Amino acid sequence: MKEQLVLRVVAKCLIPPILIFGCYIITHGELSPGGGFQGGIVLASAFILHALIHGRATLHQAFPRNLWATIATIGALIFAGVGTYSLLRGGQFLDYGWIVPSHPAKGEPWGMTLVEYGVGLTVCSVMVLIYDMISEPAEDDPTVDEDSA
Amino acid sequence: MSEQLLVDLGLLSLIAALAIAVIEVRSLFGAAMLAGIYSLVMALEWTTLHAVDVAFTEAAVGAGISTVLLIGALVHVGRDEKKPRRRVDLRGLVVVGITGAFLVYGTLDMPAFGDPQAPVHTHRAVRLVEQQVGKLPGGPGERHAAVENAADTAFEPTSVVGSDPLDLVDDFAGHVPNMVTSVLATYRGYDTMFETVVILIAGMSMMLLLQRRRKDVR
Amino acid sequence: MSLFATHANYWFAILIMMIGLYGIIAKRNLIKQAIALGIFQTGIFLFYVSMAVINGGTVPVWFLDEAGKKYAGPYDNPLPHCLMLTAIVVSVSVFAVAIAIIVNIKHAYGTIEEDEILNLEAEAAAGSEA
Repeated sequence: MKEQLVLRVVAKCLIPPILIFGCYIITHGELSPGGGFQGGIVLASAFILHALIHGRATLHQAFPRNLWATIATIGALIFAGVGTYSLLRGGQFLDYGWIVPSHPAKGEPWGMTLVEYGVGLTVCSVMVLIYDMISEPAEDDPTVDEDSA
Repeated sequence: MSEQLLVDLGLLSLIAALAIAVIEVRSLFGAAMLAGIYSLVMALEWTTLHAVDVAFTEAAVGAGISTVLLIGALVHVGRDEKKPRRRVDLRGLVVVGITGAFLVYGTLDMPAFGDPQAPVHTHRAVRLVEQQVGKLPGGPGERHAAVENAADTAFEPTSVVGSDPLDLVDDFAGHVPNMVTSVLATYRGYDTMFETVVILIAGMSMMLLLQRRRKDVR
Repeated sequence: MSLFATHANYWFAILIMMIGLYGIIAKRNLIKQAIALGIFQTGIFLFYVSMAVINGGTVPVWFLDEAGKKYAGPYDNPLPHCLMLTAIVVSVSVFAVAIAIIVNIKHAYGTIEEDEILNLEAEAAAGSEA
């Protein structure tokens, strides 16, 4: 679809604001409606839009499939890591008060933001992975040229 | 009947009609498009019921990811459903009617829609709204209560976004404005963690199920 | 207030659930069944979120009113919203894995109509016994 001028130009204009908006939703999840899941899906939609316009091969050049799988597991590990950190400091699992020991009430927003980033990373990478797997052409599809898919 | 209830019931009638259309249309491409529209109208309904986080998620997930997934599947699977033998399945209607009748009978002694004295609003939820769970003396957050009583938490911005004076300076005193995210990350932190693991497992399952077997790889 | 006005949301939620359940029972196409499962789950979300509404309540996000104080009026109950957020994301995960399995069924059997698949299975079983 990269021969279509309008699609290419509009995608070029839209993808950076979509990425910024996705990070905004994740970061401001505790101040306004939003959070990790919503922001992660909006982030993923920017990558999916790029893959739709310029082809999946360009997406694979920059972000191979194993990288998405790694980022997804890192996101889940961030969540569990925040919980284990407070466990190692002497508190309970996922008790955010131990993140800033001098002032427990300040630790809560820190803990929530870190956790939301972990969730956002996992959701974004899994959604791009799902799109990538489902849009693979069939094995015996003669109309698809594999090198430009 | 207040105006909000009228808008609410109008949207719900539209949603029910869309649901019947999604089920009955024969073209699978049409069903995919109608499912996207169904999700968007459902997001409007959530906004009418003041559930903005749920509306956000429903719009992103239903109208975004589900539609992309369905259209990607239709490439492999084919565009039309086979013509059914009978137009309406009578046994299915009878089963569904009996189940629906039992469920409606079960809702007859539920509290009225919007009742502030309903049991769901009067026990744990009050302490969740004030974000006091675990912060009372004797509870697991006793350290929190001891520090907050030290009167040094009055006017402090507690968001991680920064302590710039243009930030929202408030007397929230260690809590966050969005109650839904607060409940999600603290009170139901285990649920959220394992939900993240569920999404991870779904991604891994997609990778395993849809791997292309290359003919030159043993 | 009449019984309809106080319970209409719950009855509509049950109606949507039953439409989804009918789609799972009566339709033969596997993709239609997956979409109908999603509609069934949406009905359940509607039921829970309707329980969270309070008359005169507002969005469950703290905000400051004109005097600069935190708005003290009734906020809607945030707990069902949180539970339904989790449920929506789990529902899309289930849908994704279901679509992957259906694509594999299509490649294995050549069809995704349930009765044709059962016929093929019966023929294969009869052929292997004979």
